[in-house]
Amino acid sequence: MTDSEKKELELSQKKTIEHTDGEPTREGVMYVPEVDILEDADAITLLADLPGVSKDQLNIDVRDDTLTLTAGIEPSPTHLRPVYQEYELGGYRRRFSLGERVDQEKISAKLDNGVLTLVLPKMERVKPRKVEIS
Amino acid sequence: MALIRWLGENDYSSPLDRMQREINRVFSSYQGGTRTAQHSGVYPALNVYDDGESFIVRAEVPGVDPKSIDIMVTGDTLNLQGERKLPELPEGASYHRREREAGRFKRAMTLPEQVDNSKVQASYNNGMLEILLPRAEQAKQRKVKVTVV
Repeated sequence: MTDSEKKELELSQKKTIEHTDGEPTREGVMYVPEVDILEDADAITLLADLPGVSKDQLNIDVRDDTLTLTAGIEPSPTHLRPVYQEYELGGYRRRFSLGERVDQEKISAKLDNGVLTLVLPKMERVKPRKVEIS
Repeated sequence: MALIRWLGENDYSSPLDRMQREINRVFSSYQGGTRTAQHSGVYPALNVYDDGESFIVRAEVPGVDPKSIDIMVTGDTLNLQGERKLPELPEGASYHRREREAGRFKRAMTLPEQVDNSKVQASYNNGMLEILLPRAEQAKQRKVKVTVV
């Protein structure tokens, strides 16, 4: 049994975005998605939970060494009357600074079961290299 | 609405504590006709909708293998359990940030009316679980219109 099998999943409150850099320009709540960031020799991998987001509604913008994730969600159909609500619906936004090590041309993304996987490959020159002694 | 926080085998909190939590939750969340619970504490958070014929329960469960989700419906009670597994950290990799959690979940919810458990359907799309629970025929029949003679 691994740790994850023993553990009970706890509910964490969705975090709304604090508008520190200007007022929002569109209606609706925006949330900060939860992410894991891991690094190995070749790349930095970012995993983000984006429940309810489809491929068409996800925008990944890379400029000025900053990667911005923005996602919208489908609004609930109007014929549905909410009876009981424990979570609010909203889009997602989060920014990451990339630094010089990431090869921005080679960033790839995959969206699967509401989880975004972003692979940020490192520049060739920053990858660890074993020097053979001749 | 019976929502009992499930703490697994290590539930040492007294029944009185649990009752207090439940009372606090109900009183802090009641707003007019729709109840907006801020935080039940139990994963996953559920929203319940009504389309007239059926109840629709939705949950945000990203990254959960739909095959791991068990749904049981008895009368007016929905039981939901499953597990969210995260991929193992590859060898030689390290975490910079770790906000996503893995673990098992178990949740029960009492629906506003009896549902027909033979007609319950569930789907999983973009990390959202949707359970369609048609009202039971007997529940429909209970709504008797009074005719003025």
